[in-house]
Amino acid sequence: MAIISVRDLVVEYDGRRVLDGLNLDIQQGETMVLLGGSGSGKSTLLRQIIGLERPKSGSVHVKGIDITRCSQAELKTVHRSIGVAFQSAALFNSLSVEDNVALTLREHTKLAPSIIELMVWMKLALVGLADFGKLRPQELSGGMKKRAAVARALALSPEILVLDEPSAGLDPIVAAELDELILLLKEAFQMTVVVVTHEMPSAFRIADRIAMLYKGTFRSIGTKEEIRASRDVRVRHFLDRIPENLTEAPATTAYFEKYLQSPEAN
Amino acid sequence: MATVLDGIGQRTLTELDYVGSLNIQLWATLRAMVKSLPFVGNRHRWQASVRQMMEIGVEALPMVSLMAICSGFILAMQGASELRRFGALHYVIDLVAVGFTRELGPLLTAIAVSGRSGSAFAAEIGTMKVTEELDSLRVMAFEPVEFILAPKYLAALVSVPCLSIVSNVCGILAGGLFMFFSTHLSPIMYGRYVLTSIELRDVITGLIKSVAFATIIAHVGCLEGFRVRGGPDSVGRSTTSAVVKSTFLVIVADAVFTAIFYLTVKP
Repeated sequence: MAIISVRDLVVEYDGRRVLDGLNLDIQQGETMVLLGGSGSGKSTLLRQIIGLERPKSGSVHVKGIDITRCSQAELKTVHRSIGVAFQSAALFNSLSVEDNVALTLREHTKLAPSIIELMVWMKLALVGLADFGKLRPQELSGGMKKRAAVARALALSPEILVLDEPSAGLDPIVAAELDELILLLKEAFQMTVVVVTHEMPSAFRIADRIAMLYKGTFRSIGTKEEIRASRDVRVRHFLDRIPENLTEAPATTAYFEKYLQSPEAN
Repeated sequence: MATVLDGIGQRTLTELDYVGSLNIQLWATLRAMVKSLPFVGNRHRWQASVRQMMEIGVEALPMVSLMAICSGFILAMQGASELRRFGALHYVIDLVAVGFTRELGPLLTAIAVSGRSGSAFAAEIGTMKVTEELDSLRVMAFEPVEFILAPKYLAALVSVPCLSIVSNVCGILAGGLFMFFSTHLSPIMYGRYVLTSIELRDVITGLIKSVAFATIIAHVGCLEGFRVRGGPDSVGRSTTSAVVKSTFLVIVADAVFTAIFYLTVKP
């Protein structure tokens, strides 16, 4: 049974359809990469999967609970089994890095402070930040912030780890380090990992399966090999880095052609 | 004409939406506030409330005190310049004592807290929204109203009335200093006059007002923060809006309370 199951998901903002009838199953223990260009709807889909927004129609089942219709109490239970690292890291600037990681442990468990301290150290050591726990988030580099966000997401040892654009804004070496960290976490904890990205090297390094989004619909869902071999024109454009305006007349060309044909230009 | 009516209708709906949001937020906070209380609530929320009390109350003490002292002098001097002509200089004591306890103490405090803390609430929550920290709280199974708003509201409910009392004392002391230097009235005599001129009812009405002002400042500040959409510029606008709206609503609420107390007083 799929740990995350998206069915006929439709999301609209002010009447504009952002996600159009999506269906997706994510199996327990797999790494699913949601790939797509800017504005394709991948972050919107992620917000639906983690229960931050409610759709216009359709459902999202996480561990068998429909989080689009469940009560707040059920949603909280689901949230405790999901760890999320946001694109901006979203660390609490008023707290130190170790307090950020310790927050959920202090609030949601009855563990002794010494045990929490040890667990926080372990999570920070796992992401290579054991010596930086006392620092404030604003004192960290971009890559360190992302790793700290992953450590915080791992605090309650969740079954599902969700990462929004983990390599965005990072140099290739730091991005590659983060990819290796994701692989290590999956290997070590057998987690289900959902990653949103538009970085293809990263996607093909970490994914078990890739779902390619284009303008709110899935163009292709499959393994890395299946996606690489895809004949879908949009997938090919994305993989081969072909700008869309080579196949369609760009808006500016159309405008000038129309202008040149008008009496005003003649 | 239709455009004007449409504009009025739209504006009315916007304002009603705002008032409705404030009410919903208030009830949600009241429900969540139990967890911010000492002994019965969550230890971490109570600690957050105490930190907020330090920020809203203790750190505002010098500012509120100085404002009250200056206002006490101003009120005493302006009152004296007129009352002296009628040989009724001693009424300056009543003017300062009653004026501060019923009105100026709570109002000055509310304006100071609105400028300091109301804007800080909006900026803090607005920034948290822009940087996805609020989303982060939700996916960590925390309720932002319980986690952020309830401790701030509890702290405001405790701090603002306390600051109002300090403001009353400072204002009345400033009046005493003026009387000492202008009429050589001894501080002991001044104290006796003050105690005879104010009643318990004056103190209670002032405290009721300050509780209402605390509610307005905390909720308008936080709501403006939660309503931030977009980027950092939006945070700036919400901060300004928090101060403007809360100051305006404090004065409106003051007028309403004063009217109620005036109409219910038995001559």
